Amino acid sequence: MRLIQTIGEWLDARLQVGATLRETAEHPVPRETASWFYVFGSAATVVFILQIVTGILLSSIYVPSAGEAWNSLQVLNHDVTLGWFIRALHGWGSEFMVAIVLIHMIQVLMFGAYKYPRELTWIVGVFLLLLTLGMAFTGQVLRFDQDAYWGLGIGVSITSRAPVIGPAIVNLMLGGPIIAGTTLSRFFAAHVFIVPGLLLLLIGVHLLMVIKLGINEWPMPGRVVRKATYVQEYHEMTRKDGIPFVPVAVWKDLFFAAFILLCVAGCAAYFGPFGPTGRPDPTIIQTAPKPDFFFLWLYAVLSLLPPELETAALFVGPLIGVAVLLSLPFVAGEGEKSWRRRPVAVLCVLLVAVSWGTFTNLAQHAPWSPAMEAWSGSPVPPQFLKDRTALERQGALVFQEKQCRNCHALDLQGGTRGPALDSVATRLSQDQLIRQVIQGGGNMPAYGKNLNPAETTALVSFLMTLHPPDRTRSRVASDAIAHP
Amino acid sequence: MTESGGTAGGTSRRSALMKIGLFLNGIVGAILAVPVVRYILSPASHALRGGYASWIPIGDLKEFPAKETRLATYRNPVVNVWDGSTADIACWVRNVDGQKFQVFASNCAHLGCPVRWFPQSKLFMCPCHGGAYYEDGSRASGPPDRGLFELQYKVENGKLLIQTGQLPTPGGNTAKAASAGKPECA
Repeated sequence: MRLIQTIGEWLDARLQVGATLRETAEHPVPRETASWFYVFGSAATVVFILQIVTGILLSSIYVPSAGEAWNSLQVLNHDVTLGWFIRALHGWGSEFMVAIVLIHMIQVLMFGAYKYPRELTWIVGVFLLLLTLGMAFTGQVLRFDQDAYWGLGIGVSITSRAPVIGPAIVNLMLGGPIIAGTTLSRFFAAHVFIVPGLLLLLIGVHLLMVIKLGINEWPMPGRVVRKATYVQEYHEMTRKDGIPFVPVAVWKDLFFAAFILLCVAGCAAYFGPFGPTGRPDPTIIQTAPKPDFFFLWLYAVLSLLPPELETAALFVGPLIGVAVLLSLPFVAGEGEKSWRRRPVAVLCVLLVAVSWGTFTNLAQHAPWSPAMEAWSGSPVPPQFLKDRTALERQGALVFQEKQCRNCHALDLQGGTRGPALDSVATRLSQDQLIRQVIQGGGNMPAYGKNLNPAETTALVSFLMTLHPPDRTRSRVASDAIAHP
Repeated sequence: MTESGGTAGGTSRRSALMKIGLFLNGIVGAILAVPVVRYILSPASHALRGGYASWIPIGDLKEFPAKETRLATYRNPVVNVWDGSTADIACWVRNVDGQKFQVFASNCAHLGCPVRWFPQSKLFMCPCHGGAYYEDGSRASGPPDRGLFELQYKVENGKLLIQTGQLPTPGGNTAKAASAGKPECA
């Protein structure tokens, strides 16, 4: 111990930073901030450090070349000792970092910590969130597999729709005419140098302001922020009833950071690394790419938006969202901090959380996507064929062969893009079924050119058998004349 | 004037020298910025020079039977040696009647996912967001607001050639709606 102390004194005599560090560490903070609600910022920083360390370790093996990246990931997964675990730590660290930054942001919003004089701290925090999402997206691209390749293709397609400058930005993003070697090199530079560099810079600014302006006090209903008096009131509070950040408040940060690191390690050990899935070969088209967890909501939104609204929503929506976040401290820079007196803020957070959760859940099931193999992989259940005529069974064959099953389920098997057809005969009459099959409509292609009259007759005959035993088929008044 | 330049005149001179120094650095910085910016923007300027659209063969005509749609692959004409399999591109070739062809990019016109051809139902289906297209590439259903990207083709010496080189995107210059592609010669 004496040796360490001696070395420390020798270094400090030359660096002259010991007193400043001690003063910073022991600066007084409001007593109530020694709370488990105030640990997310430090946890995000610790996970970021984990990402830097594991990222450096991965970069010693990973080859940022379109021709070799996928192979180098396989080597990391299978040939390098514990390479899979370092990959898993990095992948799960990314998921945890996005989650913790989002939770931190919600906590700051609910506690009114963006109000005067911490406006710039909040604004820097918004950019830190965007950069964290940028790290997640560029990291997904570096996992250069089928999902990464086609996911980047989706990103490029979205970008190309930007008015006027879209195609030029696409060329800059790709670094060439297609998603290939120069593209991966660009994303590698962004993921390893540009975005982390900006993150380090802004984290430094963010922490500096947290220290200089003080940690936001626990919000109490009725304790109102006024620009004229707040700073004086805050210093009075910390002078009278403050506690030194180190060691009184910091122990909860340390415990929580250790807990989060343990969770990341636990997920990494149990679930393993993310991919890579198939080789990034555009000639392999038997693939259904999906984005990583935190971008699934976008995948759902892009499926559900009406086509005419897509471009506007893709470009105007995010701009409005970021503008709202950035302008928040200027619009509501004073007043109540307590969430108990800010119902609009609470409702906004709940609305965003429920929407995000709903879209993410939908995207995991992707009911809008055809089940591409259902026509050949899910035979018609036997109960729908029992006691049927030859024509009706022929119709069942048409139903399978024409891939109707890719979009329509029978007995809960098959696609969900269209409605399940177990009881379609109770909803549509024979004429309505013929019209629907031939002309399509309601998001269904028209099969008029793809079915001959005999196939149509057989198919509709089969569809007319699809109703529960205790319910009759749908009929219209003209059926008695048209189909006696 | 003192040695340290503490007089008003000395301070003024050194202050002026500092400003000149800053100005010189600004000038040099601006000069250096020109090649840096041109380096960064070079992918966009390459596209403007039109090098991203070349005629390349994708197979003999006999590989594409009449009234059938087949998957064809080709090596992208603009390529780097380290591109690996990413420079191998797929497209769908439809032989309409033995004389006329249609060549579609394999990317969905909605957001670029790979579309698959189902000959039984004569539909192209996209696994991502559920876009569907008829055999002529026109939109059938789902989120796309247009048909598949159709590539220009021509026939030379019994081979089918297509004009390609750039990833088709909904907002890109290379994007043409299906059924717009016309043969250069047949």
